[in-house]
Amino acid sequence: MVQLTLPKNSRIRRGKTWPKPEGATKLRKFSIYRWSPDDGENPSVDTYFVDMDSCGPMILDALIKIKNEIDPTLTFRRSCREGICGSCAMNIDGINTLACIYGMDEIKGDVKIYPLPHMPVVKDLIPDLTHFYAQHASIMPWLETKTNRPAKEWKQSIEDRKKLDGLYECVMCASCSTSCPSYWWNGDRYLGPAALLHAYRWVIDSRDEATGERLDELEDPFKLYRCHTIMNCAKTCPKGLNPAKAIAEIKKMMVERTV
Amino acid sequence: MADVNRGNRPLSPHLSIYRPQLTSITSILTRVTGNALLVGALLVVWWLLAAATSAEYFALANWVMTSLLGKLIMLGSIWALWYHTLAGVRHLIWDNAMGLDLPAAYRLGWAVVIGSFVLTALTVIVL
Repeated sequence: MVQLTLPKNSRIRRGKTWPKPEGATKLRKFSIYRWSPDDGENPSVDTYFVDMDSCGPMILDALIKIKNEIDPTLTFRRSCREGICGSCAMNIDGINTLACIYGMDEIKGDVKIYPLPHMPVVKDLIPDLTHFYAQHASIMPWLETKTNRPAKEWKQSIEDRKKLDGLYECVMCASCSTSCPSYWWNGDRYLGPAALLHAYRWVIDSRDEATGERLDELEDPFKLYRCHTIMNCAKTCPKGLNPAKAIAEIKKMMVERTV
Repeated sequence: MADVNRGNRPLSPHLSIYRPQLTSITSILTRVTGNALLVGALLVVWWLLAAATSAEYFALANWVMTSLLGKLIMLGSIWALWYHTLAGVRHLIWDNAMGLDLPAAYRLGWAVVIGSFVLTALTVIVL
């Protein structure tokens, strides 16, 4: 349900301002969301100052620098540092994106960093994605076939393969789903843009033989139809994909198979 | 490691920190105008009922409707009606899985916003 304000235990209090590094001439201010499960306090926003002369160009570079040189307790996920693993998804400057491929030059003024919106926080910038992953698993993200297995691989024409472009590139970073107001209010039952993009990726795969069952599974007022084409998903996707379009294609298929 | 604090996790901030987008604002305005029009329509129904009740009652209702506030509400309703109509047309286009690429969606968004004001101005001139 729609709840515009944060629950009592989630209201953000004023945080700590960490000392500026000595001798630095080009400082940049970072406001970063903090919450620790260990002290029983509400979340806070801490302020850090980073010397830009000795920092890499990306947001992730600054986060790692803060962790190494200022505050080793700052907690965030990261792995590949090149936008392919999807680990470092977070809310940066008001939009969801990957810290490793978002340049600091794209932001005017101070840098504000929060965890992915409307998610349970494990610690600092780490959201609990358990439910998000379970929703992905629920759309059967694998090839379903009924005919006998071919001697070699399942073949596909070049044209049919082309239909998967713009879908298979998704790295499951959860930026889109957590940018979606519908997912904020109804995320318990609405599958959200990421899971639906994956659902469409298998629905239109020419090799898949469970298209009907897949559509039956999605024919639900909440799972699919909570999408109101707000389009925050497409706008925020760090890989430039368009879940809103994939969802519209599923809705269209639903109509076409009944008329 | 066993998760000892699963029940007490805070909810990360959402509306208060997410940057508004043209597409999200035009989307919520569709809902707002739709609900506001319901109230505006009730006002018109009240005006008509008053006309069917008595001359004195109609005089009162008509005074409310033609007061500055009443006129502002009606002007707002004209805009809301145009906005809601254009946004509805945009949804019909989207339902055909067209106009969903970001540049096209932005063009449609601006078309709805600008179109609603232009049509409101035309309606006021014609009336």
